[in-house]
Amino acid sequence: MKNTKWLAPTIYILFLLLPIYWLVSMSFKTTNEILGSFSLWPQEFTLNNYITIFTDPTWYNGYFNSLTYVMMNTLLSVSVALPAAYAFSRYRFLGDKHLFFWLLTNRMAPPAVFALPFFQLYSAVGLFDTPIAVALAHCLFNIPLAVWILEGFMSGVPKELDETAYVDGYSFVHFFIKIFIPTIAAGIGVVMFFCFMFSWVELLLAKTLTSVVAKPIAATMTRTASTSGYELGLLAAAGTLTIIPGAFVIYFVRHHIAKGFALGRV
Amino acid sequence: MIDKTTNQKAWFLVLPVVVLVAFNALIPLMTVVNYSVQETFGNNVFFFEGVKWFEQILHSERFHASLLRQLSFTGIILLIEVPLGVAIALAMPKKGPWVSVCLVLMALPLLIPWNVVGAMWNIFALPEIGLLGKMINGLGFDYNFTQQPLAAWFTTILMDVWHWTSLVVLLAYAGLSSIPDAYYQAARIDGASAWSVFRYIQLPKMKRVLTIAILLRFMDSFMIYTEPFVLTGGGPGNTTTFLSIDLVKIALGQFDLGPAAAMSLIYFLIILLLSWIFYTLMMRNEEK
Repeated sequence: MKNTKWLAPTIYILFLLLPIYWLVSMSFKTTNEILGSFSLWPQEFTLNNYITIFTDPTWYNGYFNSLTYVMMNTLLSVSVALPAAYAFSRYRFLGDKHLFFWLLTNRMAPPAVFALPFFQLYSAVGLFDTPIAVALAHCLFNIPLAVWILEGFMSGVPKELDETAYVDGYSFVHFFIKIFIPTIAAGIGVVMFFCFMFSWVELLLAKTLTSVVAKPIAATMTRTASTSGYELGLLAAAGTLTIIPGAFVIYFVRHHIAKGFALGRV
Repeated sequence: MIDKTTNQKAWFLVLPVVVLVAFNALIPLMTVVNYSVQETFGNNVFFFEGVKWFEQILHSERFHASLLRQLSFTGIILLIEVPLGVAIALAMPKKGPWVSVCLVLMALPLLIPWNVVGAMWNIFALPEIGLLGKMINGLGFDYNFTQQPLAAWFTTILMDVWHWTSLVVLLAYAGLSSIPDAYYQAARIDGASAWSVFRYIQLPKMKRVLTIAILLRFMDSFMIYTEPFVLTGGGPGNTTTFLSIDLVKIALGQFDLGPAAAMSLIYFLIILLLSWIFYTLMMRNEEK
């Protein structure tokens, strides 16, 4: 029994990697090879798909646009969620429980419900087709999530820490930046991971709120696929490249992720 | 639990969050409510219609069918992903270098944009060019998810299991790693069976994270749009048209603002109600 225990995770991971392998392998094939013959690995190995992406501005700008709004959203969500989570974890105030639940309800709102009103709202305030619009729109689900996780982390920090600091003459701002934030650094890392993740993978709102200038990579992919027929090799290469930033981020938080899950609530 | 002091000034700390979320939530929600009670024939001319759209949606067979598909889909994926996730978390190594490797590889599907997930599964499952399609047909089954409703459901569910089981694994694993070794030693001394270790030590410790996992999987699968849309386009026919896909079809495809808005509100209320039940149960658990 004990010796076969590794089998289940291994099979599971192989199952996870199989579609990814297929995508990566297709990205090195020509579209003719994909459609013409079936092979487990590329027969005529080609880098042309990647060369197209790296030399064509409509492609590589898509990556820049996506990364821009994701980073803006992550920074914004975390910086406003920090004081709010502190308030929820330390103080009782008028309507606190209702406010907390109201925040969470926004995590439950289907983006499809908001697609059209968001389009009208952001057009009205003149932010349509800018990364700022997407970054702000993604706050709808990322801020509640960030507050929720951070509140969990902060509740794990004993209140004596705050009280000692105030006795020592620290002001609130000074204490918060110099002592409290470093204490929950792991939690902030986890929150940033989740904000990055949910903003990076979301497409419906990102696509609705942009048209040309700020078009995210995911939207570039769907449009290219539909206009020039089946450019499958190119599509696979673009897909492969979207996995890389995520893999990079996971690698950085790998030590904290399990601990973060345990302390926080996600 | 920290015992909290009453301090109304704490409102200043939550103010930025409230402003940002309210901007994104209240204004669009008001727009939706506004549309849901009006009729328009274009040119920005609106007529008040009361609850007509709500009655129409609640009585429409199309909505019932999408809702039923949505509930079945969410039910099936919860029944597969939660037990599977727990089983894999139990089988994972507890320490050593393999833990990081497992966690990183398992988290990978979570960070792939949703339309890429759909596109990836599309080219993976197509019967002519996909590895999965070739394999299943090679085993003697007639499988083509673009033609057969059953195959479309199978592929959509398999895709969701592939995509999200890791979230349950990570959460369950986190719950498990918070159990001190002493518990297991005590169980070994008592000669407890693997089942009773699971039932009386591991399961209670995982209770909280599992509630969160179920809540998140419930909400997200209920809102699912991009992945099945890219994979099957809601087809063949309407067989994989879930609520969000149907809603976008009505709102952006047919531009029926009134019915779409009414459907949005009903949809949102269903999620809200079910999530509220989960949330209350969860909070009650935490207070114990």
